[in-house]
Amino acid sequence: MSTQSSDPVAFSMRRVSAMVLRYWYLLRSSWPRILDLIYWPAVQMLMWGFLQLYVNQNSSFFTQSAGVFIGSVLLWDILFRGQLGFSISFLEEMYARNMGNIMMSPLRPVEFVCALMIMSLIRLAIGMVPVSLLAIAFFGFNLWDLGLALAAFFLNLILTSWAIGILVAGLLLRNGLGAESLAWTFMFLFLPLTCVYYPVAVLPPFLQTVAWALPPTYVFEGMRALLIHHVFRGNLMVEAFAINVVLFAAAAVAFFLLLASARRQGTLLQTGE
Amino acid sequence: MPEPTIAEPTIVVDRLVKIYKREAAVDGISFSLAAGTVTALLGANGAGKTTTIATIMGLLTPTSGRVTVLGAEMPWQRHRVLHRMNFESPYVDMPMRLTIRQNLTVFGRLYGVANLTERITQLAHDLELTDLLDRPTGKLSSGQKTRVSLAKSLINEPEVLLLDEPTASLDPDTADWVRGRLERYCRERHATVLLASHNMAEVERLCERVIMMKRGKIEDDDTPARLIARYGRRTLEEVFLDIARGGGEAREAAQ
Repeated sequence: MSTQSSDPVAFSMRRVSAMVLRYWYLLRSSWPRILDLIYWPAVQMLMWGFLQLYVNQNSSFFTQSAGVFIGSVLLWDILFRGQLGFSISFLEEMYARNMGNIMMSPLRPVEFVCALMIMSLIRLAIGMVPVSLLAIAFFGFNLWDLGLALAAFFLNLILTSWAIGILVAGLLLRNGLGAESLAWTFMFLFLPLTCVYYPVAVLPPFLQTVAWALPPTYVFEGMRALLIHHVFRGNLMVEAFAINVVLFAAAAVAFFLLLASARRQGTLLQTGE
Repeated sequence: MPEPTIAEPTIVVDRLVKIYKREAAVDGISFSLAAGTVTALLGANGAGKTTTIATIMGLLTPTSGRVTVLGAEMPWQRHRVLHRMNFESPYVDMPMRLTIRQNLTVFGRLYGVANLTERITQLAHDLELTDLLDRPTGKLSSGQKTRVSLAKSLINEPEVLLLDEPTASLDPDTADWVRGRLERYCRERHATVLLASHNMAEVERLCERVIMMKRGKIEDDDTPARLIARYGRRTLEEVFLDIARGGGEAREAAQ
């Protein structure tokens, strides 16, 4: 037999890299897929950037807080596109009717999830790096100037996006493509609740409690503190990270429970509608 | 002198039951397959063949009963043995935008194949895919796609090969060619093969044993020749029709 002698039960980076390679081949073969990664973030950033320019001309408050809208939209795109990058790679297997091959291969679910997380980073980099450069060119807003704060924001946003991606993947395995719309819309529930474009104080008190249960809220509050008051609130990042750990663990548990349920119900055999 | 050891069966299905909601797709079946044997699992649509194969592959959790493959209980211990198994089905596709070489590279790495480049070259030669290796899989004819699926199913030189209608929708010439390659593989590698098919000529040619299923139960289990003789028929297809339409009388009559 020509299989390698390494322990097939142990976590394998070779299998993870095989899946990353599979998605990379797919991206490379399809320019519309690459264009799609850049197109919408660029449109969003330009729209909010020009709106910010207009508001700045009419409000002394916003003149002092230059870039807060553009910063918000770029960080929101990290959150949204991070989850979408994860979920779309997963959906590609369902669209291709390849899930049977994957689930009956030696690939372990945890390796599959790792490959999807890596692809989410690759897809984000392809989309967000050019758009962040556009923001410098059009509006003089340099996201990279945020430095270490940007790293903390990114870490927390990507952890949340992966947690949602993992949960949606479990729901897709359990319910088939009938649950596809969740992949596209789930994160929009976070848009009003995580206070992307306004402070938490704007929300009614009961919704503030909900908002503070969601890690991205801390990131967007932290970004406003940094851009408006020039203060980096590390405590917010630590709290967001702690909630993210719980959220990620809960999503992982849900994923494995949904996968076990799919094995019981036979839905791994019917990944259509 | 030590007693000779009896080889463990490669696949053991023991009182397997699989119930979806209230309906039993598989209802208490038991059989075992010895190493190096080629067995057909036959039955009309809804007989429970796919459920049985999916349980053997670890895709389904049994409601009760046990399935072991190469000594590993499925699905709980599947990761111990999945790298020694493989399968082919016309109902599962390979990614269409990837070339044959890319697809085989991905699956070769998933299955931990050593000397992968050489293995792909060898498989492409054996399955007459060499000139097509850099063509996207979606741009192939159905016969060529079947050969690619076959290449994927043989990439790790599996000891256990599960085939779900491997020649469905192929023209007779291509189907015959595929059967020839499968025969050669089983002979050379001493692989254990479980085959679901609706093509009785294929079953008679490839399989030394036939398990007939009906409504989730095993109706009969023997060699093709003995089944044909027992039912007093000329072909396996006639036996299949007897069992599918006979409502149990066929077996009693045969006995």
